[in-house]
Amino acid sequence: MQTIDLATTPLREMNATLQAQADQTNATSWDILNPRGAHAIAVGLDAPIEVTVRGSTGYYCAGMNKQATVHVTGSAGPGVAENMMSGTVIIDGDASQYAGATGRGGLLVIKGNASSRCGISMKGIDIVVQGNIGHMSAFMGQAGNLVVCGDAGDALGDSLYEARLFVRGSVKSLGADCIEKEMRPEHLEILRDLLTRAGIEADPQEFRRYGSARKLYNFDIDNAAAY
Amino acid sequence: MCGIVGLFLKDKALEPQLGALLTDMLVTMTDRGPDSAGIAIYGNGAAGKAKLTLQSDTPDADFATLADDLGAQINAPVSLRRKDSHAVLDLPEAQVDAARAALGDLRPGLRVMSDGARIEIYKEVGLPRDVAARFDLAAMTGTHGIGHTRMATESAVTTQGAHPFSTGSDQCLVHNGSLSNHNNWRRKLKREGIRIDSQNDTEVGAAYLTWKMREGASLGQALEGALDDLDGFFTFVVGTSDGFGVVRDPIACKPAVMAETDQYVAFGSEYRALVNLPGIETARVWEPEPATVYFWSH
Repeated sequence: MQTIDLATTPLREMNATLQAQADQTNATSWDILNPRGAHAIAVGLDAPIEVTVRGSTGYYCAGMNKQATVHVTGSAGPGVAENMMSGTVIIDGDASQYAGATGRGGLLVIKGNASSRCGISMKGIDIVVQGNIGHMSAFMGQAGNLVVCGDAGDALGDSLYEARLFVRGSVKSLGADCIEKEMRPEHLEILRDLLTRAGIEADPQEFRRYGSARKLYNFDIDNAAAY
Repeated sequence: MCGIVGLFLKDKALEPQLGALLTDMLVTMTDRGPDSAGIAIYGNGAAGKAKLTLQSDTPDADFATLADDLGAQINAPVSLRRKDSHAVLDLPEAQVDAARAALGDLRPGLRVMSDGARIEIYKEVGLPRDVAARFDLAAMTGTHGIGHTRMATESAVTTQGAHPFSTGSDQCLVHNGSLSNHNNWRRKLKREGIRIDSQNDTEVGAAYLTWKMREGASLGQALEGALDDLDGFFTFVVGTSDGFGVVRDPIACKPAVMAETDQYVAFGSEYRALVNLPGIETARVWEPEPATVYFWSH
């Protein structure tokens, strides 16, 4: 176990140290102390290491993550795990707006609530939220899965491409071109796997699936005059 | 961008530390707003007395004999406490309007930052740390206060464009965001007789709440009205003589974090601003919901 105390180590030095870890490292376990809401903690990692941030973080924690597992024991500010490529990010508390935005891969688990724009423009990331999510979540989502064990806010999945959305609770409103879809066995399997990997106990049968009606992004000859 | 901090104390034991706690929060928000900084603080008031906070670009000349000059003009006892470019006048509550009118004649270059029984406002161009030092904000005491660090978008970087804005007795407002229908509302509110001194969008937001409350709305009702009538991006934090309120527009892209304990309610644009508050480790910390009014009062 390696420990970096942000009360005494500059943020850039901490990030440079973590970013310098190679695929084959013996230092696989890192503790980050005193984050105190600082921005850009543990960003740009690219090694199979485990980083535990003891406290709450500011903007863009674990952004661009590859391979690493980043675990925040408090809450995370805006843009956590933004543009994640692979690996796992776990937030024990709440996440602020645009959690997992534009993420291309990996798993983001939020044990509390996520606020607005969760998974906006997601491109392959899997996001599992144990609590609720705010408005405009999965806006223009292109690929990946968003699982919400609680409720979803207004305009869920607005202008959605091909991301899958699973919500157990209520949905305040669906966005443009987002519709409820049939939950088939393969979807229950995807959901069961995601819940298991997120360490959350919930019955996949209790969820509803939402997706794109595919009317907005396909060319429609009747709309030709609009171009 | 811009940074907002606010602290509403429930525990009287913290009142001597209000200025120190708020100053620390304000300075932490420097990189959200290095242009200018300001603070409104609600301290002690005396029955029948009012305070006018003034600002001058030439304070030596303007403040030297002002208490005597104004006292003679309005025929009432006036005392003056100077703090750098600002001064606080103490005078009878009934003489506030007369004093405002007389100040315009006696010292046309002066700006009145606020009036009320308890509010004092200090704001200037410069780094928050320097602004706080000029006015020794850390030494101030009171029940609640609101601070702002500004990164200007909508109007010039001047003292007058800095926040907080006060458009009514013991009222103030700070803002992160920008309003898009402020010109219409400025015209309308001026016709209603509400005082608006600058071209700044935020001052119109403050004036809107002043108008609503003058028409009988509570602070909470006035904030609800803002959600219907003001267009643009806003996270507002407002203060009144005994109240403290927060509202965010429905899009809610301007950040906000709140914390509450038995001792206080605190607001920060970011969690960083709150980390030195006593008991923050066990406080209830949450992000205020979009289009939802929050307010507390003593």
